[in-house]
Amino acid sequence: MKIAIASGKGGTGKTTLSTNLASFLAEKFKVVLSDLDVEEPNSGLFIQSDLIHWEDKYKMIPEWVQSKCDLCGICREVCNFNAITQILDEIMVFPELCHGCYACSELCPMDALPMKKKKMGELRHYVKGNLSFIESKLDIGEEQAVPLIAQTLDYIDKHFSEDIIKIYDSPPGTSCPVIEATKNADFIILVTEPTPFGLHDLKLAVETVRALKNDFAIVINRFGIGDNNVEKYCKSENIPIIAKIPNQRKIAELYSEGKLLYSEIPEVKRELEKILKFLNSVNIGSFQNLTELKGEGTL
Amino acid sequence: MKEIVVISGKGGTGKTSVTASFAVLGGKNIVTADCDVDAADMHLLLDPDFEKAEDFYSGQIAVIDQDKCTNCGKCAEICRYNAIPFENDQYIVKHLDCEGCGYCARICPENAIENIDNNVGQWVESNIKTGTKMVHAKMKVGAENSGKLVAKVKREAKRIAEEENKQFILVDGSPGVGCPVVSSLSGANYVILVTEPTVSGLHDLKRVYELVEKFKIKAGCIINKADLNKDKADDILKFLKENNIDHIANLPYDEMFTAAMTAGKTIVEFGDSEIKGILEKSWNKILKI
Repeated sequence: MKIAIASGKGGTGKTTLSTNLASFLAEKFKVVLSDLDVEEPNSGLFIQSDLIHWEDKYKMIPEWVQSKCDLCGICREVCNFNAITQILDEIMVFPELCHGCYACSELCPMDALPMKKKKMGELRHYVKGNLSFIESKLDIGEEQAVPLIAQTLDYIDKHFSEDIIKIYDSPPGTSCPVIEATKNADFIILVTEPTPFGLHDLKLAVETVRALKNDFAIVINRFGIGDNNVEKYCKSENIPIIAKIPNQRKIAELYSEGKLLYSEIPEVKRELEKILKFLNSVNIGSFQNLTELKGEGTL
Repeated sequence: MKEIVVISGKGGTGKTSVTASFAVLGGKNIVTADCDVDAADMHLLLDPDFEKAEDFYSGQIAVIDQDKCTNCGKCAEICRYNAIPFENDQYIVKHLDCEGCGYCARICPENAIENIDNNVGQWVESNIKTGTKMVHAKMKVGAENSGKLVAKVKREAKRIAEEENKQFILVDGSPGVGCPVVSSLSGANYVILVTEPTVSGLHDLKRVYELVEKFKIKAGCIINKADLNKDKADDILKFLKENNIDHIANLPYDEMFTAAMTAGKTIVEFGDSEIKGILEKSWNKILKI
Protein backbone atom coordinates (compact mmCIF):
# COMPACT_ATOMS: atom_id res chain seq x y z
CA MET A 1 0.00 0.00 0.00
CA LYS A 2 1.59 3.22 -1.17
CA ILE A 3 0.19 6.52 0.04
CA ALA A 4 1.66 9.77 -1.30
CA ILE A 5 1.13 12.96 0.66
CA ALA A 6 1.27 15.94 -1.67
CA SER A 7 0.12 19.54 -2.12
CA GLY A 8 0.43 22.22 -4.74
CA LYS A 9 1.46 24.92 -2.31
CA GLY A 10 4.51 24.54 -0.12
CA GLY A 11 4.21 24.78 3.64
CA THR A 12 0.66 23.45 3.91
CA GLY A 13 1.59 20.58 6.22
CA LYS A 14 2.75 17.68 4.05
CA THR A 15 5.62 16.87 6.37
CA THR A 16 3.47 17.35 9.47
CA LEU A 17 0.88 14.91 8.17
CA SER A 18 3.44 12.43 6.80
CA THR A 19 5.47 12.17 10.00
CA ASN A 20 2.48 12.08 12.33
CA LEU A 21 0.51 9.61 10.22
CA ALA A 22 3.52 7.33 9.76
CA SER A 23 4.39 7.33 13.47
CA PHE A 24 0.75 6.84 14.45
CA LEU A 25 0.30 3.92 12.05
CA ALA A 26 3.62 2.43 13.20
CA GLU A 27 2.08 1.89 16.64
CA LYS A 28 0.11 -0.96 15.06
CA PHE A 29 1.60 -1.69 11.64
CA LYS A 30 4.88 -1.94 9.82
CA VAL A 31 5.38 1.38 8.07
CA VAL A 32 7.94 2.88 5.71
CA LEU A 33 8.08 6.65 5.63
CA SER A 34 10.06 8.21 2.81
CA ASP A 35 10.92 11.86 2.32
CA LEU A 36 10.82 12.42 -1.43
CA ASP A 37 11.14 16.21 -1.16
CA VAL A 38 14.80 15.66 -1.94
CA GLU A 39 15.48 19.38 -2.47
CA GLU A 40 14.42 20.30 1.05
CA PRO A 41 13.76 17.11 3.05
CA ASN A 42 12.37 17.84 6.52
CA SER A 43 10.67 14.67 7.73
CA GLY A 44 13.89 13.55 9.41
CA LEU A 45 13.71 16.53 11.75
CA PHE A 46 10.58 15.02 13.31
CA ILE A 47 11.57 11.35 13.40
CA GLN A 48 14.15 10.23 15.94
CA SER A 49 15.49 6.92 14.73
CA ASP A 50 18.67 4.92 14.23
CA LEU A 51 20.66 5.13 11.04
CA ILE A 52 21.23 1.59 9.76
CA HIS A 53 22.42 2.22 6.22
CA TRP A 54 23.48 5.02 3.93
CA GLU A 55 24.65 5.22 0.36
CA ASP A 56 25.66 7.82 -2.19
CA LYS A 57 23.36 8.14 -5.17
CA TYR A 58 24.64 8.66 -8.66
CA LYS A 59 23.33 9.73 -12.00
CA MET A 60 24.97 8.64 -15.23
CA ILE A 61 26.59 11.23 -17.44
CA PRO A 62 28.90 10.85 -20.44
CA GLU A 63 32.63 11.34 -20.05
CA TRP A 64 34.70 12.30 -23.07
CA VAL A 65 37.62 10.07 -24.01
CA GLN A 66 39.82 12.29 -26.14
CA SER A 67 42.00 9.47 -27.48
CA LYS A 68 39.00 7.76 -29.10
CA CYS A 69 37.23 10.84 -30.46
CA ASP A 70 37.46 11.89 -34.10
CA LEU A 71 35.36 15.03 -33.56
CA CYS A 72 32.60 13.87 -35.93
CA GLY A 73 30.08 16.00 -34.06
CA ILE A 74 27.29 13.42 -33.75
CA CYS A 75 27.17 13.76 -29.96
CA ARG A 76 26.51 17.48 -30.16
CA GLU A 77 23.91 16.97 -32.80
CA VAL A 78 21.95 14.31 -30.93
CA CYS A 79 21.91 16.09 -27.57
CA ASN A 80 18.55 17.81 -27.21
CA PHE A 81 19.60 19.53 -24.01
CA ASN A 82 22.66 21.40 -25.29
CA ALA A 83 24.70 19.55 -22.71
CA ILE A 84 27.55 18.86 -25.14
CA THR A 85 29.57 21.46 -26.94
CA GLN A 86 32.79 21.57 -28.89
CA ILE A 87 35.40 24.23 -28.32
CA LEU A 88 38.25 24.02 -30.80
CA ASP A 89 39.24 20.33 -30.74
CA GLU A 90 37.77 19.60 -27.35
CA ILE A 91 34.35 18.16 -26.44
CA MET A 92 32.81 19.52 -23.25
CA VAL A 93 29.96 17.94 -21.27
CA PHE A 94 27.82 20.09 -18.96
CA PRO A 95 26.63 17.62 -16.30
CA GLU A 96 23.95 19.95 -14.90
CA LEU A 97 22.23 20.08 -18.30
CA CYS A 98 22.51 16.34 -18.99
CA HIS A 99 19.34 14.28 -18.61
CA GLY A 100 21.15 10.94 -18.85
CA CYS A 101 19.37 9.77 -21.99
CA TYR A 102 22.49 7.91 -23.25
CA ALA A 103 21.92 9.07 -26.85
CA CYS A 104 25.36 10.63 -27.27
CA SER A 105 27.09 7.72 -25.59
CA GLU A 106 25.35 4.97 -27.54
CA LEU A 107 25.27 6.76 -30.89
CA CYS A 108 28.95 7.73 -30.80
CA PRO A 109 30.58 5.68 -33.57
CA MET A 110 33.94 5.77 -31.78
CA ASP A 111 32.72 4.79 -28.31
CA ALA A 112 34.32 8.00 -27.06
CA LEU A 113 31.60 8.98 -24.58
CA PRO A 114 31.18 6.15 -22.06
CA MET A 115 28.67 6.82 -19.29
CA LYS A 116 30.20 7.43 -15.88
CA LYS A 117 28.73 7.82 -12.42
CA LYS A 118 28.35 11.29 -10.96
CA LYS A 119 27.21 11.76 -7.37
CA MET A 120 23.95 13.69 -7.08
CA GLY A 121 22.89 13.04 -3.50
CA GLU A 122 22.64 10.64 -0.58
CA LEU A 123 20.12 8.15 0.72
CA ARG A 124 19.81 7.27 4.40
CA HIS A 125 17.86 4.43 5.93
CA TYR A 126 16.76 4.71 9.57
CA VAL A 127 14.75 2.39 11.80
CA LYS A 128 12.74 2.88 14.96
CA GLY A 129 10.56 -0.03 16.02
CA ASN A 130 7.96 -0.66 13.32
CA LEU A 131 8.92 2.44 11.42
CA SER A 132 11.54 2.53 8.70
CA PHE A 133 12.47 5.97 7.47
CA ILE A 134 14.17 6.56 4.12
CA GLU A 135 15.49 10.01 3.36
CA SER A 136 17.25 11.23 0.25
CA LYS A 137 18.94 14.58 -0.08
CA LEU A 138 20.00 16.24 -3.31
CA ASP A 139 23.49 17.75 -3.34
CA ILE A 140 23.41 21.55 -3.52
CA GLY A 141 24.06 22.62 -7.09
CA GLU A 142 22.34 19.54 -8.54
CA GLU A 143 19.26 20.83 -10.29
CA GLN A 144 17.30 17.71 -11.18
CA ALA A 145 15.36 16.06 -8.40
CA VAL A 146 13.63 13.42 -10.53
CA PRO A 147 16.47 10.87 -10.89
CA LEU A 148 17.09 10.87 -7.13
CA ILE A 149 13.38 10.44 -6.39
CA ALA A 150 13.22 7.54 -8.85
CA GLN A 151 16.22 5.82 -7.24
CA THR A 152 14.79 6.31 -3.77
CA LEU A 153 11.55 4.63 -4.84
CA ASP A 154 13.57 1.79 -6.38
CA TYR A 155 15.39 1.34 -3.07
CA ILE A 156 12.08 1.10 -1.21
CA ASP A 157 10.61 -1.37 -3.71
CA LYS A 158 13.70 -3.53 -3.39
CA HIS A 159 13.87 -3.55 0.41
CA PHE A 160 10.24 -3.69 1.50
CA SER A 161 7.46 -6.07 0.56
CA GLU A 162 4.22 -5.02 -1.13
CA ASP A 163 2.02 -5.34 1.94
CA ILE A 164 3.93 -2.87 4.11
CA ILE A 165 2.33 0.58 4.37
CA LYS A 166 4.47 3.13 2.55
CA ILE A 167 4.05 6.85 3.06
CA TYR A 168 5.72 9.24 0.65
CA ASP A 169 6.25 12.83 1.77
CA SER A 170 6.23 14.45 -1.69
CA PRO A 171 7.76 17.66 -3.04
CA PRO A 172 5.55 20.74 -3.47
CA GLY A 173 4.34 22.01 -6.83
CA THR A 174 2.82 20.39 -9.88
CA SER A 175 5.83 19.74 -12.10
CA CYS A 176 8.06 16.72 -12.73
CA PRO A 177 9.36 16.05 -9.18
CA VAL A 178 5.86 15.68 -7.73
CA ILE A 179 4.76 13.56 -10.69
CA GLU A 180 7.70 11.23 -10.09
CA ALA A 181 6.93 10.98 -6.38
CA THR A 182 3.21 10.29 -6.75
CA LYS A 183 2.65 8.51 -10.05
CA ASN A 184 2.98 4.98 -8.70
CA ALA A 185 1.12 5.60 -5.45
CA ASP A 186 -2.07 3.66 -4.77
CA PHE A 187 -3.60 6.65 -3.11
CA ILE A 188 -2.77 10.36 -2.81
CA ILE A 189 -3.66 12.59 0.10
CA LEU A 190 -3.58 16.26 -0.83
CA VAL A 191 -2.93 18.59 2.09
CA THR A 192 -4.23 22.11 1.80
CA GLU A 193 -5.10 25.09 3.95
CA PRO A 194 -8.39 27.01 3.82
CA THR A 195 -6.96 30.20 2.30
CA PRO A 196 -7.04 31.69 -1.22
CA PHE A 197 -3.43 30.52 -1.83
CA GLY A 198 -4.30 27.08 -0.48
CA LEU A 199 -7.38 26.77 -2.69
CA HIS A 200 -5.65 28.07 -5.82
CA ASP A 201 -2.80 25.61 -5.48
CA LEU A 202 -5.15 22.79 -4.43
CA LYS A 203 -6.96 23.16 -7.76
CA LEU A 204 -3.62 22.76 -9.56
CA ALA A 205 -2.80 19.72 -7.45
CA VAL A 206 -6.19 18.17 -8.21
CA GLU A 207 -5.58 18.77 -11.91
CA THR A 208 -2.23 17.01 -11.51
CA VAL A 209 -3.51 13.91 -9.72
CA ARG A 210 -6.42 13.66 -12.16
CA ALA A 211 -3.93 13.71 -15.03
CA LEU A 212 -2.16 10.83 -13.28
CA LYS A 213 -5.52 9.09 -12.88
CA ASN A 214 -4.72 8.42 -9.24
CA ASP A 215 -7.31 8.19 -6.48
CA PHE A 216 -7.15 10.90 -3.91
CA ALA A 217 -8.70 12.68 -0.98
CA ILE A 218 -8.12 15.95 0.87
CA VAL A 219 -6.88 16.82 4.34
CA ILE A 220 -7.39 20.42 5.42
CA ASN A 221 -4.66 21.75 7.68
CA ARG A 222 -4.95 24.89 9.83
CA PHE A 223 -8.68 24.37 9.75
CA GLY A 224 -10.53 27.40 11.13
CA ILE A 225 -8.26 30.03 9.60
CA GLY A 226 -9.22 31.77 6.36
CA ASP A 227 -12.58 30.93 4.78
CA ASN A 228 -14.71 27.94 3.73
CA ASN A 229 -14.05 28.04 0.00
CA VAL A 230 -11.87 24.91 0.05
CA GLU A 231 -14.79 22.94 1.51
CA LYS A 232 -17.21 24.38 -1.07
CA TYR A 233 -14.80 23.46 -3.85
CA CYS A 234 -14.35 19.88 -2.61
CA LYS A 235 -18.11 19.49 -2.35
CA SER A 236 -18.71 20.75 -5.87
CA GLU A 237 -16.00 18.43 -7.20
CA ASN A 238 -17.10 15.43 -5.11
CA ILE A 239 -13.69 15.12 -3.49
CA PRO A 240 -13.76 13.58 -0.02
CA ILE A 241 -12.29 15.63 2.84
CA ILE A 242 -11.03 12.94 5.20
CA ALA A 243 -9.60 15.01 8.04
CA LYS A 244 -9.32 18.56 9.35
CA ILE A 245 -6.31 19.45 11.46
CA PRO A 246 -7.21 22.48 13.56
CA ASN A 247 -5.43 25.82 13.43
CA GLN A 248 -3.73 26.23 16.83
CA ARG A 249 -0.72 28.19 17.88
CA LYS A 250 0.26 25.26 20.11
CA ILE A 251 0.54 23.08 16.99
CA ALA A 252 2.79 25.64 15.30
CA GLU A 253 4.95 25.74 18.43
CA LEU A 254 5.32 21.95 18.65
CA TYR A 255 6.15 21.88 14.94
CA SER A 256 8.76 24.60 15.38
CA GLU A 257 10.58 22.37 17.88
CA GLY A 258 10.47 19.32 15.65
CA LYS A 259 7.93 17.48 17.80
CA LEU A 260 5.15 15.17 16.70
CA LEU A 261 1.66 16.43 17.43
CA TYR A 262 -0.69 13.53 17.96
CA SER A 263 0.61 12.39 21.33
CA GLU A 264 0.10 15.88 22.77
CA ILE A 265 -2.91 17.23 20.86
CA PRO A 266 -5.95 14.92 21.15
CA GLU A 267 -7.71 16.62 18.19
CA VAL A 268 -4.83 15.68 15.92
CA LYS A 269 -4.92 12.04 17.07
CA ARG A 270 -8.66 11.99 16.40
CA GLU A 271 -8.09 13.22 12.84
CA LEU A 272 -5.39 10.58 12.26
CA GLU A 273 -7.85 7.94 13.41
CA LYS A 274 -10.31 9.27 10.84
CA ILE A 275 -7.68 8.92 8.10
CA LEU A 276 -6.93 5.33 9.19
CA LYS A 277 -10.65 4.55 9.12
CA PHE A 278 -10.94 6.05 5.67
CA LEU A 279 -7.94 4.12 4.34
CA ASN A 280 -9.48 0.95 5.72
CA SER A 281 -12.77 1.70 4.00
CA VAL A 282 -11.26 2.11 0.55
CA ASN A 283 -9.82 -1.11 -0.72
CA ILE A 284 -6.44 0.29 -1.77
CA GLY A 285 -5.57 -1.05 -5.16
CA SER A 286 -9.11 -1.17 -6.58
CA PHE A 287 -11.05 1.81 -5.18
CA GLN A 288 -14.21 1.10 -7.14
CA ASN A 289 -16.30 3.80 -5.51
CA LEU A 290 -13.71 6.56 -5.77
CA THR A 291 -12.88 5.83 -9.38
CA GLU A 292 -16.40 6.81 -10.35
CA LEU A 293 -16.02 10.18 -8.69
CA LYS A 294 -12.97 11.14 -10.69
CA GLY A 295 -12.96 13.55 -13.58
CA GLU A 296 -11.05 12.99 -16.77
CA GLY A 297 -7.36 13.75 -17.11
CA THR A 298 -6.80 17.20 -18.54
CA LEU A 299 -3.45 17.15 -20.24
CA MET B 1 18.07 48.83 -12.39
CA LYS B 2 18.29 46.33 -9.54
CA GLU B 3 16.90 42.86 -9.36
CA ILE B 4 15.69 41.69 -5.97
CA VAL B 5 14.74 38.03 -5.58
CA VAL B 6 12.73 36.66 -2.67
CA ILE B 7 13.19 32.98 -1.82
CA SER B 8 12.76 30.76 1.21
CA GLY B 9 13.92 27.18 0.72
CA LYS B 10 10.92 25.95 2.66
CA GLY B 11 7.45 26.62 1.30
CA GLY B 12 4.75 28.41 3.25
CA THR B 13 7.01 30.77 5.21
CA GLY B 14 5.21 33.86 3.89
CA LYS B 15 7.42 34.55 0.89
CA THR B 16 4.61 35.57 -1.47
CA SER B 17 2.75 37.65 1.13
CA VAL B 18 5.96 39.55 1.89
CA THR B 19 6.88 40.00 -1.79
CA ALA B 20 3.42 41.28 -2.70
CA SER B 21 3.60 43.73 0.23
CA PHE B 22 6.90 45.09 -1.10
CA ALA B 23 5.36 45.33 -4.58
CA VAL B 24 2.63 47.55 -3.13
CA LEU B 25 5.07 49.60 -1.04
CA GLY B 26 7.42 50.06 -3.98
CA GLY B 27 4.54 51.20 -6.18
CA LYS B 28 5.41 52.51 -9.62
CA ASN B 29 9.15 52.01 -9.25
CA ILE B 30 8.83 48.29 -9.64
CA VAL B 31 8.17 45.61 -12.18
CA THR B 32 7.07 42.48 -10.34
CA ALA B 33 7.77 38.94 -11.55
CA ASP B 34 6.18 35.81 -10.11
CA CYS B 35 8.76 33.12 -10.76
CA ASP B 36 7.05 30.49 -8.62
CA VAL B 37 5.47 29.33 -11.87
CA ASP B 38 4.76 25.89 -10.46
CA ALA B 39 2.22 27.20 -7.97
CA ALA B 40 1.90 30.90 -8.72
CA ASP B 41 -0.14 32.77 -6.14
CA MET B 42 0.99 36.39 -6.16
CA HIS B 43 -1.63 37.41 -8.72
CA LEU B 44 -4.28 36.68 -6.08
CA LEU B 45 -3.05 39.73 -4.13
CA LEU B 46 -2.17 42.17 -6.93
CA ASP B 47 -5.26 42.28 -9.19
CA PRO B 48 -3.60 41.61 -12.55
CA ASP B 49 -5.61 42.23 -15.74
CA PHE B 50 -3.96 39.43 -17.80
CA GLU B 51 -3.48 41.95 -20.62
CA LYS B 52 -1.26 39.78 -22.77
CA ALA B 53 -0.74 36.01 -22.60
CA GLU B 54 1.53 33.93 -24.78
CA ASP B 55 2.15 30.22 -25.05
CA PHE B 56 5.60 29.12 -24.00
CA TYR B 57 7.35 26.16 -25.53
CA SER B 58 10.27 24.39 -23.97
CA GLY B 59 11.84 21.16 -25.08
CA GLN B 60 10.08 18.49 -27.06
CA ILE B 61 8.07 15.33 -26.64
CA ALA B 62 7.97 12.24 -28.81
CA VAL B 63 4.87 11.20 -30.74
CA ILE B 64 4.55 7.82 -32.48
CA ASP B 65 2.78 7.59 -35.82
CA GLN B 66 0.90 4.31 -35.33
CA ASP B 67 0.42 3.85 -39.10
CA LYS B 68 4.18 3.66 -39.63
CA CYS B 69 5.04 1.79 -36.42
CA THR B 70 5.83 -1.92 -36.82
CA ASN B 71 6.05 -2.61 -33.07
CA CYS B 72 9.75 -3.51 -33.28
CA GLY B 73 10.19 -2.11 -29.76
CA LYS B 74 13.59 -0.50 -30.30
CA CYS B 75 12.31 2.82 -28.94
CA ALA B 76 11.11 1.26 -25.69
CA GLU B 77 14.41 -0.59 -25.35
CA ILE B 78 16.58 2.54 -25.44
CA CYS B 79 14.24 4.86 -23.48
CA ARG B 80 15.87 5.54 -20.08
CA TYR B 81 12.69 7.07 -18.69
CA ASN B 82 10.44 4.04 -19.30
CA ALA B 83 8.20 6.45 -21.17
CA ILE B 84 7.24 4.06 -23.99
CA PRO B 85 5.17 1.16 -22.62
CA PHE B 86 3.47 -1.46 -24.81
CA GLU B 87 -0.25 -1.10 -24.21
CA ASN B 88 -3.19 -2.54 -26.16
CA ASP B 89 -0.93 -3.99 -28.86
CA GLN B 90 0.94 -0.78 -29.53
CA TYR B 91 3.81 1.32 -28.21
CA ILE B 92 2.67 4.65 -26.82
CA VAL B 93 4.59 7.60 -25.38
CA LYS B 94 3.58 8.58 -21.87
CA HIS B 95 3.86 12.33 -22.05
CA LEU B 96 4.34 12.82 -18.34
CA ASP B 97 7.42 10.58 -18.43
CA CYS B 98 8.96 11.66 -21.77
CA GLU B 99 11.90 14.02 -21.25
CA GLY B 100 12.14 14.92 -24.91
CA CYS B 101 15.67 13.61 -25.46
CA GLY B 102 14.75 12.61 -29.02
CA TYR B 103 16.79 9.40 -28.87
CA CYS B 104 13.83 7.19 -29.86
CA ALA B 105 13.07 9.28 -32.95
CA ARG B 106 16.69 9.00 -34.06
CA ILE B 107 16.91 5.23 -33.87
CA CYS B 108 13.40 4.31 -35.08
CA PRO B 109 14.02 2.24 -38.25
CA GLU B 110 10.61 3.21 -39.68
CA ASN B 111 10.92 6.92 -38.98
CA ALA B 112 7.66 6.61 -37.14
CA ILE B 113 8.53 8.91 -34.27
CA GLU B 114 8.39 12.67 -34.43
CA ASN B 115 9.48 15.19 -31.81
CA ILE B 116 7.03 18.00 -31.37
CA ASP B 117 7.61 21.21 -29.47
CA ASN B 118 6.26 20.96 -25.97
CA ASN B 119 3.87 23.62 -24.76
CA VAL B 120 4.74 23.94 -21.06
CA GLY B 121 2.39 26.77 -20.23
CA GLN B 122 1.80 30.45 -20.71
CA TRP B 123 3.52 33.59 -19.61
CA VAL B 124 1.40 36.64 -18.90
CA GLU B 125 1.99 40.38 -18.85
CA SER B 126 -0.44 42.24 -16.61
CA ASN B 127 -1.19 45.69 -15.29
CA ILE B 128 -1.62 45.47 -11.53
CA LYS B 129 -3.28 47.63 -8.92
CA THR B 130 -0.13 49.58 -8.11
CA GLY B 131 -0.25 51.17 -11.57
CA THR B 132 2.69 49.19 -12.86
CA LYS B 133 3.31 45.84 -14.48
CA MET B 134 3.71 42.28 -13.41
CA VAL B 135 4.92 39.27 -15.36
CA HIS B 136 3.65 35.89 -14.29
CA ALA B 137 3.03 32.46 -15.72
CA LYS B 138 0.94 29.38 -15.55
CA MET B 139 2.74 26.16 -16.08
CA LYS B 140 0.95 23.13 -17.41
CA VAL B 141 0.45 20.35 -14.95
CA GLY B 142 3.34 17.92 -14.89
CA ALA B 143 5.42 19.97 -17.30
CA GLU B 144 9.20 19.75 -17.21
CA ASN B 145 10.45 21.58 -14.16
CA SER B 146 10.15 25.22 -14.73
CA GLY B 147 13.67 26.64 -15.12
CA LYS B 148 13.15 27.87 -18.67
CA LEU B 149 9.75 29.40 -18.03
CA VAL B 150 11.21 31.12 -14.97
CA ALA B 151 14.00 32.53 -17.13
CA LYS B 152 11.41 33.75 -19.66
CA VAL B 153 9.33 35.49 -16.97
CA LYS B 154 12.46 37.23 -15.71
CA ARG B 155 13.57 38.23 -19.19
CA GLU B 156 10.21 39.81 -19.94
CA ALA B 157 10.18 41.64 -16.60
CA LYS B 158 13.63 42.98 -17.38
CA ARG B 159 12.52 44.14 -20.84
CA ILE B 160 9.57 46.04 -19.35
CA ALA B 161 11.75 47.55 -16.63
CA GLU B 162 14.17 48.81 -19.28
CA GLU B 163 11.44 50.13 -21.58
CA GLU B 164 9.65 51.91 -18.78
CA ASN B 165 12.72 53.00 -16.90
CA LYS B 166 11.88 51.27 -13.64
CA GLN B 167 14.30 51.10 -10.74
CA PHE B 168 13.56 47.60 -9.53
CA ILE B 169 12.56 44.15 -10.59
CA LEU B 170 11.02 42.31 -7.68
CA VAL B 171 10.98 38.53 -8.10
CA ASP B 172 8.96 36.01 -6.11
CA GLY B 173 10.98 32.79 -6.34
CA SER B 174 9.95 29.19 -5.78
CA PRO B 175 10.63 26.81 -2.89
CA GLY B 176 13.42 24.23 -3.01
CA VAL B 177 16.97 24.35 -4.35
CA GLY B 178 16.49 22.87 -7.84
CA CYS B 179 16.24 24.27 -11.38
CA PRO B 180 13.49 26.86 -10.85
CA VAL B 181 15.35 28.39 -7.92
CA VAL B 182 18.66 28.38 -9.76
CA SER B 183 16.91 30.12 -12.62
CA SER B 184 15.30 32.70 -10.28
CA LEU B 185 18.66 33.55 -8.72
CA SER B 186 20.66 34.00 -11.88
CA GLY B 187 21.32 37.70 -12.49
CA ALA B 188 19.95 38.86 -9.12
CA ASN B 189 21.53 41.81 -7.29
CA TYR B 190 20.07 41.04 -3.89
CA VAL B 191 18.33 38.08 -2.31
CA ILE B 192 15.73 38.31 0.44
CA LEU B 193 15.40 35.08 2.41
CA VAL B 194 12.07 34.68 4.16
CA THR B 195 12.22 32.09 6.90
CA GLU B 196 10.47 31.00 10.09
CA PRO B 197 11.88 29.90 13.46
CA THR B 198 11.11 26.20 13.10
CA VAL B 199 13.39 23.19 12.70
CA SER B 200 12.45 23.01 9.03
CA GLY B 201 12.69 26.75 8.44
CA LEU B 202 16.28 26.83 9.66
CA HIS B 203 17.26 23.59 7.93
CA ASP B 204 15.94 24.79 4.56
CA LEU B 205 17.39 28.28 5.01
CA LYS B 206 20.87 26.79 5.43
CA ARG B 207 20.50 24.65 2.32
CA VAL B 208 19.16 27.41 0.11
CA TYR B 209 21.83 29.80 1.38
CA GLU B 210 24.51 27.35 0.22
CA LEU B 211 23.05 27.86 -3.23
CA VAL B 212 22.93 31.67 -2.86
CA GLU B 213 26.60 31.60 -1.87
CA LYS B 214 27.49 29.81 -5.08
CA PHE B 215 26.02 32.76 -6.96
CA LYS B 216 27.91 35.21 -4.70
CA ILE B 217 24.80 37.35 -4.24
CA LYS B 218 24.42 39.58 -1.18
CA ALA B 219 21.51 38.44 0.97
CA GLY B 220 19.20 39.69 3.71
CA CYS B 221 16.74 37.79 5.84
CA ILE B 222 13.24 38.35 7.20
CA ILE B 223 12.21 36.06 10.04
CA ASN B 224 8.46 35.57 9.87
CA LYS B 225 6.50 34.38 12.95
CA ALA B 226 9.68 35.29 14.89
CA ASP B 227 7.99 35.02 18.30
CA LEU B 228 6.78 31.46 17.67
CA ASN B 229 9.99 29.92 19.00
CA LYS B 230 12.57 32.20 20.56
CA ASP B 231 15.37 29.63 20.66
CA LYS B 232 15.00 28.82 16.98
CA ALA B 233 14.82 32.54 16.14
CA ASP B 234 18.11 32.99 18.01
CA ASP B 235 19.62 30.09 16.08
CA ILE B 236 18.63 31.83 12.85
CA LEU B 237 20.11 35.16 14.00
CA LYS B 238 23.34 33.34 14.84
CA PHE B 239 23.41 31.77 11.39
CA LEU B 240 22.82 35.19 9.77
CA LYS B 241 25.65 36.73 11.73
CA GLU B 242 28.09 33.94 10.95
CA ASN B 243 27.36 34.26 7.27
CA ASN B 244 27.25 38.03 7.09
CA ILE B 245 23.60 38.05 5.98
CA ASP B 246 21.68 41.27 6.69
CA HIS B 247 18.95 40.83 9.26
CA ILE B 248 16.19 42.91 7.73
CA ALA B 249 13.38 42.36 10.20
CA ASN B 250 11.43 40.09 12.52
CA LEU B 251 7.71 39.77 11.85
CA PRO B 252 5.42 38.56 14.64
CA TYR B 253 3.21 35.46 14.40
CA ASP B 254 -0.04 37.07 13.29
CA GLU B 255 -3.08 35.54 11.62
CA MET B 256 -3.79 38.94 10.10
CA PHE B 257 -1.63 37.82 7.15
CA THR B 258 -4.27 35.19 6.40
CA ALA B 259 -7.16 37.60 7.01
CA ALA B 260 -5.65 40.06 4.51
CA MET B 261 -5.05 37.26 2.00
CA THR B 262 -8.64 36.09 2.37
CA ALA B 263 -9.72 39.63 1.51
CA GLY B 264 -7.44 39.55 -1.57
CA LYS B 265 -5.15 42.18 -0.10
CA THR B 266 -1.58 42.46 1.03
CA ILE B 267 -1.13 43.11 4.71
CA VAL B 268 0.11 46.66 4.07
CA GLU B 269 -3.29 47.50 2.56
CA PHE B 270 -5.23 45.90 5.38
CA GLY B 271 -5.50 48.64 7.98
CA ASP B 272 -2.75 49.82 10.27
CA SER B 273 -0.87 47.04 11.94
CA GLU B 274 2.45 46.39 13.61
CA ILE B 275 3.44 44.27 10.62
CA LYS B 276 2.65 47.07 8.18
CA GLY B 277 5.03 49.37 10.05
CA ILE B 278 7.78 46.74 10.10
CA LEU B 279 7.41 46.03 6.38
CA GLU B 280 7.57 49.73 5.53
CA LYS B 281 10.80 50.04 7.49
CA SER B 282 12.13 46.87 5.85
CA TRP B 283 11.40 48.16 2.37
CA ASN B 284 13.20 51.43 3.13
CA LYS B 285 16.16 49.40 4.37
CA ILE B 286 16.20 47.34 1.19
CA LEU B 287 16.05 50.49 -0.96
CA LYS B 288 19.27 51.68 0.64
CA ILE B 289 21.18 48.46 0.07
